[in-house]
Amino acid sequence: MSILVNSATRVLVQGITGKEGQFHTRQCAEYGTKVVAGVTPGKGGQAMDDIPVFNTVQDARNQTGANASMILVPPPFAADAILEAVDAGIELIVCITEGVPVMDMLKVKNYLATKTCRLIGPNCPGIITPGECKIGIMPGAIHTPGGPVGVVSRSGTLTYEVVHQLTAVGLGQTTCVGIGGDPVNGTGFIDCLSAFNDDPATEAVVMVGEIGGSAEEEASAWIKANMKKPVVGFIAGLTAPPGRRMGHAGAIVSGGQGTAAAKIEAMQQAGLYVCEDLGSLGRLCKEAFS
Amino acid sequence: MKIHEYQAKELFKKYKVPTLENGVATTVQGIEEHAARLGYPVAVKAQIHAGGRGKGGGVKIAKTAEEVTAAAEAILGMTLVTKQTGPEGRLVKTVLVEQGVAIKKELYLSIIPDRATATITIVASQDGGMDIEDVAEKTPERIIKVPISTITGIQGYHLRRVMFGLELEKPVMKEFGAVLKNLYNLFVDYDCSMVEINPLVITAEDKIIALDAKVDIDSNALFRHPDVVAMHDPNEDDPIEAEAAKFNLNYINLDGNVGNMVNGAGLAMATMDIIKQAGAEPANFLDVGGGANAEMVENGFRLILSDDKVKGILINIFGGILRCDILAQGVVQAAKKVALSVPVVVRMEGTNVEEGRRILSESGLKLINAKDLSDAAKKVAEIVA
Repeated sequence: MSILVNSATRVLVQGITGKEGQFHTRQCAEYGTKVVAGVTPGKGGQAMDDIPVFNTVQDARNQTGANASMILVPPPFAADAILEAVDAGIELIVCITEGVPVMDMLKVKNYLATKTCRLIGPNCPGIITPGECKIGIMPGAIHTPGGPVGVVSRSGTLTYEVVHQLTAVGLGQTTCVGIGGDPVNGTGFIDCLSAFNDDPATEAVVMVGEIGGSAEEEASAWIKANMKKPVVGFIAGLTAPPGRRMGHAGAIVSGGQGTAAAKIEAMQQAGLYVCEDLGSLGRLCKEAFS
Repeated sequence: MKIHEYQAKELFKKYKVPTLENGVATTVQGIEEHAARLGYPVAVKAQIHAGGRGKGGGVKIAKTAEEVTAAAEAILGMTLVTKQTGPEGRLVKTVLVEQGVAIKKELYLSIIPDRATATITIVASQDGGMDIEDVAEKTPERIIKVPISTITGIQGYHLRRVMFGLELEKPVMKEFGAVLKNLYNLFVDYDCSMVEINPLVITAEDKIIALDAKVDIDSNALFRHPDVVAMHDPNEDDPIEAEAAKFNLNYINLDGNVGNMVNGAGLAMATMDIIKQAGAEPANFLDVGGGANAEMVENGFRLILSDDKVKGILINIFGGILRCDILAQGVVQAAKKVALSVPVVVRMEGTNVEEGRRILSESGLKLINAKDLSDAAKKVAEIVA
């Protein structure tokens, strides 16, 4: 079992003929993901490897039954691509693109609120159910199929580090979701925690946050009230200077809000196992989850 | 991206948000000429990208030509230190000269995106002219917040909630409403991440005037705002950070002496944290990107070494799709090219890590291998201790 994606998920790639699109489509397909279609306006009728390319998401969905999309288009076109997927009836939209303007995401997020589909990202590594389906740019090989741990994170390589440590101590993963480092994004921590809570195969969760915003505080409160499974929490950015954006657009401490210390305190109060030293995360999980 | 007050006021003018008559100058003579044209008194205001200019001596009121000259000479060329500039301060090269005005009431007004609710939020207070963070802390009930959905945009009731909340008198309401609506449109049209007016004043004649202007624009949206790109002032850039931006690297200069280079922003932050936990201080934040290559590593080395404080370097790379052996070759090539002057601890993990470690240890370079993240932080902390 897993959340959101599995071996039945049928994926289309928006921006499949670009350099990044081709590369990551091949990586996903090699991992075993069912990539059934690509979309590049003006290249309909062509193929990328053996994958048919369409002009519009609607055409691609109608003809291949795709139910998930991976978006790898440049930032000026990302919101358009997301909205196109929404209106074509795609159920799960994963936007990898980094650098989408906030104003575009405000529009997208408000529109999504009226729909039932789900967006992951933007500015994220994607989602993977190890051994079944990888929609994203994460290295597949570091993951271990079969659970019992679910991972949800705002970061990319930091998630790989966490997964690597889990694998090293013998803990496999059910599903790993990178929700992205932007201030306004689709799926949040609570959506994923809730799904992990309901997934029988997931026995424990690792939540990886960072400075900026209040998503970790809200997730901690939700965990305290609802979560039936143990959660290990980690926050990056204890040493980040206030007022500076630390790489991710959303990673900023402003006006004393969004500090790592406040998030760690919220996690402790909610009864999470808080990892304060990234080097020991795998060992802590092993202890907490046994 | 930050812009100067005078540039923000140009945008205000375009959107019919009233400002006072003013002029921009870079010489004492230029300031004197603007003052003579505007009439006395005038405000002489240093143009730097930081708040707290008044307290730092960067804003002076001059009532006569002599006072204007004195203010101009004091401010132009000064190194202005405010709570936002850090101790090194900022050199003042440009000055805004502005008409004086008789003030009846000072208000606070800002517009920001609210990430949690995905709305655009108006923040207003009757306590203008003060530090809004102090107001928020001491008297939060005196701050009004009105969220606006981007689907509806700004409506009449949003304006009314702000105006009645501010307890405005009837004669100013019509103009205030128009100004607020225009400001909202500016915010949306220009992809702002913040518009702040502190203070927004009601004059003795019941006119609304933006006495100050702060506008930050979403850097991710600059592709559709060439006029804003043209407002960039290189005088405001940290030289190393500007160099990093040229190479598409994300670098932030910090006070410590452990240089570090990491792929990915989250992992870079976590690496800084673990350096600190090992008892040392990071000299920088440097994210070479999730898909780092040899050239980026080389440029990263150059940036770190251009900081004299650095006594040791920690490289933490998680090789994912880009394999560790390729990265190791990049590190070796880069290290040879830039002539490393300080010890380098390398922690590498991920795909093909064994081969990567072999390449590093056989390179003949002074590279110190670390077995994991904790080990790497400990080793580099010992080096700089």
